[in-house]
Amino acid sequence: MDVLDLSRWQFGITTVYHFLFVPLTIGLSVIVAGLQTAWHRTKKPAYLRLTKFFGKLFLINFAMGVVTGIVQEFQFGMNWSDYSRFVGDVFGAPLAMEGLMAFFLESTFLGLWIFGWDRLPPRLHLMTIWLAAIGTNLSAYFILAANSWMQHPVGYRLNPETGRAELTDIWAVLTNITTLATFPHVIFGAFVTAGAFVLGVSAWKLMKKKDVELFRASARIAMAVTLVASAGVALSGHWQAQVMTEQQPMKMAAAEALWEDEKSAGFSLFAVGDVENGRNHVNIQIPYGLSLLATNTLDGEVEGINDVQARYEALYGPGDYTPGIGLAYWTFRLMIGFGVLAGLLALAGLWLTRRGRLPSSPWFYRIAVLGIGLPFLANSLGWIFTEMGRQPWTVYGIMTTASAVSPGVDVAEVATTLVGFTLLYGVLAVIEIRLLLKFIKIGPVEGTTGSGDESETGTGTTPALSY
Amino acid sequence: MELTTVWFLLIAVLWIGYFVLEGFDFGVGILLPLVSRDESDRRTVLATIGPVWDGNEVWLLVAGGATFAAFPEWYATLFSGFYLPLFLILVALILRGVAIEYRNKSDGTRGWDRSLFFGSLAPALLWGVAFANIVRGVPLDADHEYTGSLLTLLNPYALLGGLATLTLFTLHGALFLALRTEGELRTRAVGWVKRAGAAALASGGAFLVITQITVGKPATWATAVLAALGIAGALLATLRGRDGWAFTANAVAILAVTVTLFGNLWPNVMPALDPANSLTVANAASSPYTLTVMSWVAAVFTPVVLAYQGWTYWVFRKRLTTGA
Ligand code: HDD
Ligand code: HEM
Ligand code: HEM
Repeated sequence: MDVLDLSRWQFGITTVYHFLFVPLTIGLSVIVAGLQTAWHRTKKPAYLRLTKFFGKLFLINFAMGVVTGIVQEFQFGMNWSDYSRFVGDVFGAPLAMEGLMAFFLESTFLGLWIFGWDRLPPRLHLMTIWLAAIGTNLSAYFILAANSWMQHPVGYRLNPETGRAELTDIWAVLTNITTLATFPHVIFGAFVTAGAFVLGVSAWKLMKKKDVELFRASARIAMAVTLVASAGVALSGHWQAQVMTEQQPMKMAAAEALWEDEKSAGFSLFAVGDVENGRNHVNIQIPYGLSLLATNTLDGEVEGINDVQARYEALYGPGDYTPGIGLAYWTFRLMIGFGVLAGLLALAGLWLTRRGRLPSSPWFYRIAVLGIGLPFLANSLGWIFTEMGRQPWTVYGIMTTASAVSPGVDVAEVATTLVGFTLLYGVLAVIEIRLLLKFIKIGPVEGTTGSGDESETGTGTTPALSY
Repeated sequence: MELTTVWFLLIAVLWIGYFVLEGFDFGVGILLPLVSRDESDRRTVLATIGPVWDGNEVWLLVAGGATFAAFPEWYATLFSGFYLPLFLILVALILRGVAIEYRNKSDGTRGWDRSLFFGSLAPALLWGVAFANIVRGVPLDADHEYTGSLLTLLNPYALLGGLATLTLFTLHGALFLALRTEGELRTRAVGWVKRAGAAALASGGAFLVITQITVGKPATWATAVLAALGIAGALLATLRGRDGWAFTANAVAILAVTVTLFGNLWPNVMPALDPANSLTVANAASSPYTLTVMSWVAAVFTPVVLAYQGWTYWVFRKRLTTGA
């Protein structure tokens, strides 16, 4: 493997890993803020206990998001220095804004929230969790604006003297149609993730017959969130597919293993293809499905791989402009599949728990616990599809991945960091999951006031610790 | 003032913010095993930085992001060139972040205390090594790519720089603990103020004198002297029991050290051993349009951030006591 391959593996592993924690943070921050608001309004102790319980799980997850995020901030420079030189002028701007407007907000106010239970008036304390939640969502917006610019560069010019991309219109970058389509999809995906998580945890406790009333309530909230978010994900995904078909026809063609331009194209459910010769042996389709998804009409034309390849050779010169077809095809399908399953689970659960009911068979609870994994899979596969599907480009149409890599870094160095980060991340994953399980088992603490929390502030074993 | 100058200054400000704020976090992490006698001490020590460490670390992330946006060439050369040291810093920051957040939630704490110690010590040392190398100059080729190796960076001058920041941040942490705790814990922290203070004066003094003699400018002699005065002032104020003034004086010292380094850099951002290849504020910078946009963003949001971070410190201003 050369520096390029190793760098790609490293970026893929660290980023996919970071994005395991991010969606849960985004969704759960809002759910916890919502629970605390409910407590503030109604003064029902149940809401406070749920706030504290899920707040704790949220913090365990958040810590991992933060520390893996630090790596993200620097690895463009480390492994992709030619990329950084080329795009810094444009790409650096949203990244810097993310830090200044979003990271400061979330980290500062989260610190106030954790340690502020006894020190801030309740209203002000409630505001801190909302500000932290706003910060996480803002951060997603800016980083997606940066990523969307790579998918569909706008608001820039190529400076012939320096050979670099230069920003000409920041507004165009921040309102890039690709960003506007991606942001809701990612945010809804985050709510599916957080919803399925809260549901799975609640189901686990219900199965053990712990705090039944409490967790019946949180399970129903979670299922409602998941269901609405699933609908949002599907609708926004439909929009994204249209944008993508227009901007990156190759990605859509690869996602569907569609070899030739086709009108009234069907949506492929299962295909076995022959990549060498550019055709499929088997292809089971939903008639008109693809045209509907990609163009919003039944007879819309969708471009095929072989045709786009020919067009791109005419446009960009000789070369292979196809991404991994099998990978794009399956990641796209499985993303949708896993997401739909999460939505169906929520729907079934809402039905089974209607009007005070609780299913007596353990199966529903078991499936709900396993269901926690569905959106994580969907998210990861969705990103792998998005990023691998745009290959060979790193910045679509203007810079290839091969020319983005750091020229001065050697194989031994990238191998060191690749192995180092992977091992470290692996160990941390084990620790994180153990901690989550520990606090899920301990369950929500008793108590009716919003006073401090020993494991956070350190007050527990040291009785007289006062601020 | 030219926009490139503005951004050079802003990036210096971000590093000052980072060193002044996370400097004491690092020091507290290093001192945790040294000042604590029992578990309740350790929890109190940790609680002094618990609410603020993440906000402090964001200063680094913003410094990174701002460098990317304003001086992409600098960002690219620095982080691909200082590849392995940066990797070590990242691993250390990961370990200490997780340690701070997970320690009190875990059953075993020994491993976390060690992670916190080494995770604080390594960056406190390595940032000094990195900045010493930047100021002294490194081998760059005509494409601004770093051509040296890891050993190039581990020269005696740079290691002295590392020692200087390590002792200075340890002192900063001791001063912070003295300010935020009471009783025996405070007494022990004061003991570490004296030890770390003497070490910081010696290593920091030597580092700054060599720096000034080799790459110094007349104007930065003033800030170098201010740095020494700051450390001395911090020691004196501690002896008189004026913890707030002592902490402030050392914050001024850290500021003065950072200003000395950046002052000596200007107008370079990364001088090369062959001056023809140096990265300067001019050839490393983004386009004027990007710099203008980012200046507006910084002008509006930096004061807002300072206001709410300041408020956080106000909320958590009272001293922490253990078991009394
Ligand atoms: C819970 C997660 C989840 C679910 C259920 C879905 N997606 Fe998705 N999808 C993502 C999570 C996700 C994602 C991980 O968040 C991605 C990766 C990049 C992005 O913008 O969102 C993504 C990317 C992504 C893209 C690629 C955009 C691009 O490369 O430019 C398309 C076209 C869709 N999705 C479409 C859909 C459709 C039509 C869905 C179902 C009906 C769907 N997604 C369900
Ligand atoms: C929104 C911010 C993101 C940015 C700016 C970004 C940027 C990049 C860059 C620069 C590369 C390396 C160059 C390349 O291979 O094209 C890359 C590759 C990759 N990214 Fe992203 N990415 C982002 C989000 C994500 C997320 C959230 C995931 C997954 C969860 C992801 C998955 C990948 C994968 C798997 C690769 C490797 C693809 C390959 O090299 O073949 N990315 N991305
Ligand atoms: C590859 C590009 C990415 C970079 C450079 C990056 C950078 C960072 C950094 C530095 C942090 C730590 C912030 C802190 O200390 O508080 C962080 C956390 C975070 N990032 Fe990323 N990130 C990337 C991908 C993404 C993506 C794709 C999203 C969302 C769509 C995202 C959303 C977040 C959020 C919400 C947090 C808050 C902490 C948490 O989630 O636990 N990031 N990121």
